[in-house]
This record gives sequence, C-alpha cells and structure tokens, in this order.
Amino acid sequence: MVLSPAAVTPVTAALLASMLGAGALACGRDQPEPLRPAPGDAESPVTVHQPPSLTSVETKEIDGLGRPVRVACVTCHSTRDAGGALPTSANELREFHVGLTVRHGTLACASCHAARAGGEPMLHLATGEELRTSETMRLCAQCHGPKLREYEAGRHGGMTGHWDLSQGPRTRNHCVDCHDPHVPAFQPSVPVLRPRDRFLAPPSAAHAGDSHG
Amino acid sequence: MDKGRRRALKVLGGTLGAGAFAAALAPLRAWSKSLSVEQFLQKHYKELSPSELAATMRRHEREAKAKYGRDVHIEDVRPMEGVQFGYALNLSVCIGCRKCAEACHHENNHDRKTNNSYIRVLEMEQGTFDLEKGDATYDHPVPAPGKYYLPVQCQQCDNPPCVKVCPVQATWKERDGIVVVDYDWCIGCRYCEAACPYHARRFNWEAPEIPADELNTEQAYLSNRVRPQGVMEKCTFCLHRTRKGLLPACLEACPTGARVFGNLADPESEIRRVLANKRVFVLKEDLGTKPRFFYFFDT
Ligand code: HEC
Ligand code: HEC
Ligand code: HEC
Ligand code: HEC
Repeated sequence: MVLSPAAVTPVTAALLASMLGAGALACGRDQPEPLRPAPGDAESPVTVHQPPSLTSVETKEIDGLGRPVRVACVTCHSTRDAGGALPTSANELREFHVGLTVRHGTLACASCHAARAGGEPMLHLATGEELRTSETMRLCAQCHGPKLREYEAGRHGGMTGHWDLSQGPRTRNHCVDCHDPHVPAFQPSVPVLRPRDRFLAPPSAAHAGDSHG
Repeated sequence: MDKGRRRALKVLGGTLGAGAFAAALAPLRAWSKSLSVEQFLQKHYKELSPSELAATMRRHEREAKAKYGRDVHIEDVRPMEGVQFGYALNLSVCIGCRKCAEACHHENNHDRKTNNSYIRVLEMEQGTFDLEKGDATYDHPVPAPGKYYLPVQCQQCDNPPCVKVCPVQATWKERDGIVVVDYDWCIGCRYCEAACPYHARRFNWEAPEIPADELNTEQAYLSNRVRPQGVMEKCTFCLHRTRKGLLPACLEACPTGARVFGNLADPESEIRRVLANKRVFVLKEDLGTKPRFFYFFDT
C-alpha cells in the first residue's frame, strides 16, 4: 500500500525525548501503593510456531474432534521412488497434490525443492545445502533478507505471548502461517465486526433499521 | 486536590445552566435509583485504602456473580516499575480486516449489540490523512483498491486533553503512561469524549449486554470489568494483560503482524527500535497531545 509521504508528519526528536521523560509527570496513586516489579533479566524462550502444513497434508477425512486428518509427508514419500526428477510445473502433478498453484515471482520448483529419489521431501538453499521442510524459514531468509531482519526486529510477522520475556515466553508466527510458499502474496479477506454504533452509520444507512437505534 | 464529586457537580451546574446540567446528569439520574448508599459514598480509586479497594472489588465480583452466574476475578493491576508503554502500527501491511477490533470487543467485555470496540479502523483514501473523512463502517473485501486502513484507538497522550477537562478527576494518567477511568467515579458528563481529538472515548448509553458464557472473567478494576451504564470507557492498552507482561489482545489477533508493542524505557525493545529505524509519525501532532501511539511505513 502506498501513501504519499507528504501526507504524514514525521515525529520530531524533541517529541520523542519529551515522551520518554514523561514518566515523571504522570500522576500515580496518591498513597504509597507498591508498583509491580520492573522487568527482570531472566529471558523466557521465543519459539517459532510450526504450521502443520510444513510436515503433513490435510486429507478429506475428519477425526473424532471434527478436525481434518493429516498425513505426514514421509508417509508417502519414504515409499515413493520419485526417480530423482522434479516437476518443472505444477501441471505435472497428476497422482497427488493435484491442482497446486505456484505464483512466486518466476521461481522454478527446483529453486526450493531438492530432487530426491524417495525419502522425506527436502528443500535446498542456493549453496546446495539441503533443508528439511521444518527448516523452511531459512529458505525464505535466503531470498528475503531485509524482511527477515524486520521479522527478527519484531516488526514483521506478529507474535503472541509476552512482550516482557522476564515474565513469560513468546511465540512468533512462521512466514508460512501467513504466506503460502507457492502463492506468497497476502490474500484479501472479509472484514469482521462492523460497528453498529448509532453515531457511526454513514448517512445513507442511518435509518436502515439497525436492530439498535 | 479536591475530588469531592458532589461539589464538582454543583460547579458544573453553575457554569452550564440548569437545562444543560440536567442533560449532563441524565445518565446519573437514570441509574441513581438502583445505586446503593455504599456505591454512592464510594471513594475515588486513588483514595481507597488497599482494604477498601479490595472490598469494592469483592462487591463487584458478587454483583457479577449475581448477574452472570459466573465467578469473575477482579484485580487491581498496578503499573510496573521502569515501564513506559508505547505502541506502533505499520500502515504498509494493515489490510483493514478489523480482527484487532474484534479481539478488543471480546477481551474488554464490550456491548454485543453495538459491536463496540476501543479500536475504530478507518478506511482512508490513499494520499489523504484527514481522520474525519475516514469511513469506519466499510463492509466489502479488504484491502480495497485505492484505500489504506488506519486503526485508531486511545493514543495514551502524554498531554491528554481528556484528563484535563474531567470535572471530577475520574480519569487520569498512570505512571506507565496509560490513561484510565474510574468507572465508579465517572459522572458521565462526556466532556472527555468531546475533548479527545481521536474519538477514542466511548460512552455507555446503556449497560453493556454480554452473554454470560462469553464474559471474559479475568478483569481489572481500571480496565475490562463490565462498565455500568452512564460512564465513559476507553482503551487501556489491555493493562490487565500488559502489566503482567503479556501482549495486548489486539496485537495478538492481528493477522498481518502490523502491531508492535513494548516498553519505551527499554532501548533494546522492539518499540524503541521502530522509533529509531522507521519513519514514524503521530496523529494530529500539531495539537500537542504527545501521543504514545505511533504509525510507520515499511519504507
Ligand atoms: C498421500 C501421499 C502423499 C503425501 C502425504 C505427500 N505427498 Fe508429495 N507426492 C506424492 C505423490 C504420489 C507425488 C507424485 C505426484 C506426481 O508426480 O504426479 C508427490 C510429489 C511431490 C513433490 C514433487 C516432487 C516429487 O518428489 O515428485 C513434492 C515436492 C512433494 N510431493 C512434497 C510433499 C510434501 C512437502 C509433503 C508434506 C507437506 C507431501 N509431499 C506429502 C504423495 C504424497
Ligand atoms: C519458494 C520456494 C518454493 C517453490 C518455488 C516451490 N515450492 Fe513447493 N514447497 C515449498 C515449501 C516450503 C513446502 C513445504 C510445505 C508448505 O508449507 O506448503 C512445499 C511443499 C510442496 C508440496 C507439498 C504439498 C503442499 O501443498 O505444500 C508440493 C507438492 C510442492 N511443494 C510442489 C511444488 C512444485 C511442483 C513447484 C514448482 C511448480 C514448487 N513446489 C515450487 C517451497 C517451494
Ligand atoms: C529463491 C529465492 C526465493 C525464495 C527461497 C523465496 N522467495 Fe519469496 N520471492 C522471491 C522472488 C523473486 C519474489 C518476487 C519479487 C517481485 O516480484 O518483486 C518473491 C516474492 C515474495 C513475496 C511477495 C509476493 C507478492 O506477490 O507480493 C512474498 C510474501 C514472499 N516472496 C515470501 C516468501 C516466503 C514466505 C518464502 C519461504 C517459504 C519465500 N518467499 C522464499 C524469491 C524467493
Ligand atoms: C502475521 C503474518 C505474516 C508473517 C508471519 C509474515 N508475513 Fe510477510 N507479509 C505479511 C503482510 C500482511 C505483508 C504485506 C502484504 C502486502 O503488502 O500486500 C507481508 C509482506 C511480505 C513480503 C513482501 C514485501 C513487499 O515489499 O512486497 C515479503 C517478502 C514477506 N512478507 C516475507 C516474509 C517472511 C520471509 C516472513 C518470515 C520471516 C514473513 N513474511 C512473515 C504478513 C506476514
């Protein structure tokens, strides 16, 4: 999304400085109630979520809890003799994985997948080093260094858990949680929770008979 | 500081004239019938002794139990030593899906009828920056061509106009930068709502309605406990979570990872690194409100 830079006011250094000194101005409780302790030095772990799509595929079967049954990649691939050849396009997949779409720049399958004669399906880096699919993030990192740095700085990809690691752990989302490796463009979605506040309705909808009015 | 509520009301009446006074107090009158002497005589949060505060919280828990049939846990979660909260949002990736507003809705026990939330996501024309022209009720797949999305919630200003106009000091800024409301002290005059240039404050025209099974029972006195009718409410950066080290609900819910939260007093924090490395800006900087909520772009 592009926005004209002229439309925004950069924050001045002075503003930031005054903000950081603001703690002193803020008024707390009048009586001497203790504050909660400051963040400590202990560091809880930060783990990266491992989406199941990395190591298994969904089947049409449903388990007892109503979730789709997943089959590990190795279940089929360890017994399959692929003859070492990789497809050159997704159309070549006829027996399984039918209907796969790949729209990732102009990358060929072989940019990411290692040709294997059976066994666990592997990926590879440009150096030839092979990666298991559970190490996919290293693959993405190879070509998207700047984004990976943003991710590592905590400003791309989001997280859950604790901002203060001295109080508990944090989980980072995996690139593949949000970007399908084959069609990585972020997909459009339908917004949730439309406000029904009576003052917000656009003029045309103001009398449209909301349940609340 | 004189926080006498009744005295302040008199002053208000004097300056506004009788008609306006009555209107301003309408919400107060509306629920005063059901107000117990205990409630009416309750002191301001900051003047309650720890045992009085505990008694008040237990009373609210009993009332919640009676109303919802659920065991509600209300806590007084204090600010952390050495922590100054700040928030930043990457406008390059926000797609306007309103998942943040939805998470806020559930986390903070908002009224279900109105789909209330402390976050309003504005759909904006690309290249424009006029908040007043943003549309908060868009209802089509997002992102729409030619638009960008600007989620707006309380900016936790360091120079908060809302705090200054409160005639009874029912709203104030805490040590960690969060602006809070004492719902038991607020008289519902809505001055703060009018004073906020970000439209970040909400008024409880009616008592919020929440199905008992959807109630978030982990509550704090100054944040997500269910608000009574006739009082103001606002985003507290989820202080019941964040003061325990957790990330705010809106951040966790963001499917694009657009939100960055943390301690401005820690130079190594993610939020400080955003301020150091990104072209950040604040909304309506010219008003001198000194927000702690920053916006930035990828490039
Ligand atoms: C149900 C069995 C099954 C499962 C499970 C399965 N595959 Fe396959 N896979 C196949 C078959 C069969 C082919 C050959 C399809 C063709 O050539 O028409 C194939 C082809 C492939 C290919 C193309 C290269 C080659 O070896 O032919 C890749 C890459 C691949 N699979 C990766 C995976 C990964 C990664 C997983 C787990 C996420 C997985 N597969 C899970 C059966 C399976
Ligand atoms: C950018 C790297 C990349 C490219 C290019 C790529 N893949 Fe993949 N592929 C992956 C990764 C990573 C996985 C691991 C599973 C996942 O997360 O989907 C995967 C999984 C698969 C699977 C397992 C099933 C599934 O749906 O995930 C198949 C089959 C497959 N790839 C085939 C192909 C084919 C055929 C091509 C070329 C047309 C191709 N891939 C191009 C990275 C790539
Ligand atoms: C071999 C290099 C390579 C690898 C590995 C790779 N990418 Fe890409 N990626 C590209 C190229 C090239 C483009 C296209 C850039 C362009 O069009 O400007 C791209 C584009 C993208 C885009 C933007 C898509 C769009 O249409 O807007 C995303 C997101 C992305 N990649 C994510 C990933 C993720 C996640 C992984 C790991 C699963 C990955 N990439 C692995 C080379 C790579
Ligand atoms: C929480 C979801 C999420 C995660 C996790 C995530 N991204 Fe993204 N990513 C996005 C969104 C949203 C965009 C913006 C898409 C747009 O502009 O249309 C994006 C954009 C990108 C782009 C395209 C940037 C451009 O300038 O066009 C690349 C490349 C990319 N991400 C790589 C990654 C990599 C690599 C990882 C893992 C280290 C990752 N992302 C993790 C949500 C995510």
